[in-house]
Amino acid sequence: MKVRIDPEICQGQGRCFSIAPGIFDFDDLGNGVVIGDGTLTSDSIEQARLAQLNCPEHAIFIEE
Amino acid sequence: MTDNPLVQDFATDWDHSDPQWVADPYPIWDDLRQRCPVAHTDRYGGGWFPSTHAGVAAIAKDTKNFTSRNVVIGNGRPTELDLPAPIGVAPPITSDPPFHALARKLILPAFAPRPINALEPMIRELCSSLLDGLSGEDIVNAGTKYAQYIPPGVIRGMLGFPEGDIEYFLELVHIIMEGVDHPEEERIIEFEPVEKYFVAQMEDHIDNPRDDLTSYLLKAELDGQKLAMEHVFGTMVLILVAGIDTTWSAIGAAIWHLAQNPDDLARLVAEPDLMPVAIEEFLRFYAPVTMARLVKHDMEYQGCPMKQDDWILLGFPAANRDPVAFKDADTFIIDRAENRHVAFGLGIHRCAGSNLARLEMRVALEEFIKRYPRFELADPPAVTWAPGQIRGPRNLPIRILR
Ligand code: HEM
Ligand code: SF4
Repeated sequence: MKVRIDPEICQGQGRCFSIAPGIFDFDDLGNGVVIGDGTLTSDSIEQARLAQLNCPEHAIFIEE
Repeated sequence: MTDNPLVQDFATDWDHSDPQWVADPYPIWDDLRQRCPVAHTDRYGGGWFPSTHAGVAAIAKDTKNFTSRNVVIGNGRPTELDLPAPIGVAPPITSDPPFHALARKLILPAFAPRPINALEPMIRELCSSLLDGLSGEDIVNAGTKYAQYIPPGVIRGMLGFPEGDIEYFLELVHIIMEGVDHPEEERIIEFEPVEKYFVAQMEDHIDNPRDDLTSYLLKAELDGQKLAMEHVFGTMVLILVAGIDTTWSAIGAAIWHLAQNPDDLARLVAEPDLMPVAIEEFLRFYAPVTMARLVKHDMEYQGCPMKQDDWILLGFPAANRDPVAFKDADTFIIDRAENRHVAFGLGIHRCAGSNLARLEMRVALEEFIKRYPRFELADPPAVTWAPGQIRGPRNLPIRILR
């Protein structure tokens, strides 16, 4: 499973990196970015889902 | 404003300055959502009010059919004298694409998490010294003596204006807040002292550049060109207008809530780690900001016959109470885990200051409950709410329980 942020949709609402700082970070404009290649472990998947459920822009995608 | 006749039916004649709406808008919005999800009014020259999450989101993201040329509803239709899209009077909030992205990119780095997080000690010291000034009193006005002073104090620090000037700076902020929607000729005269002081500060920053927002804006470039002083001044005014009443309202509403919900207050005192999650719920439940758009051309939209230059009042606070988007939408749940609230807007105009607003809210509340772990409303009917597009408690007397 992998997580990604669609930069066209993300508006830097900042929910992802405060909920799951191990998975998400931010760039110089404050937009969300995924750390590394976004591969999720069984431990991190729940955090990634929670971030997804809190992103007002629906910019976070979790894919097989 | 209050000279307008009282509203009988908000579906066909809504008015966001009607006393019933100002006092408690939530039942009105619940009713509209069921009966008429895009309400109409002939007031203000004609306008529409979407009250569902889906309706608000669609319009906020649709910059083809709606313009941000004017985001504050005035009396009557906008005139051709209002600065045209895409730049507008106060970029980026009044800008449309494609210029909007340029103006926004200019300020975003200054409001990104890294520079904002560095302000935490300064904000904490400010809150703590405001509380020192109130110590020993049994009743403190958390609105006019605490929340009100935090955002301008913080912005003064960010701009790098002298700390000793704070009283004068607050006076200038007051002039801006009062005058911002006055006609341009009046505004230019009223803003003279503001401009004089700000220009003096800018000149000082040109001679002695330092690590603050003023120096940042003076260094910033748009299309390879440094910004004109007027542009820097305009941006500073926008930041003051957008950042002060909004954050004051958000901090005040949270204290108002805690004063009436001792269980929530006790939980926050006992579980400080809950604060960031609680802040998102404060923002959802008491979202202070409603923004306007103008319809670009005659069209049928969401089943409504919209006319060019009709107002749209974007009910972000109403969207946050939509039961389709939120479970138990009308219940405040301090540890709500799933919370896609839209208090900071949606789409390209998403609040540029949201990292700062969240930090100010967190530190202001942390310091307040550390000092006063138990408190209640001293005089519930005495609490007043600001009318208009920024809603929050103003007079907020709190009894400290010892
Ligand atoms: C809790 C406090 C705040 C709330 C609820 C809030 C809410 C909002 C909302 C809803 C918008 C979108 C406007 C639209 O769609 O037309 C907005 C835009 C904006 N806000 Fe805030 N705001 C807050 C605090 C701040 C602060 C502290 C600052 C800066 C110091 C700030 C600066 C801005 C700016 C510059 C924009 C325009 C962004 C753009 O058009 O791209 N806000 N705010
Ligand atoms: S929560 Fe969503 S909009 Fe916000 S930074 Fe993360 S991905 Fe972007």
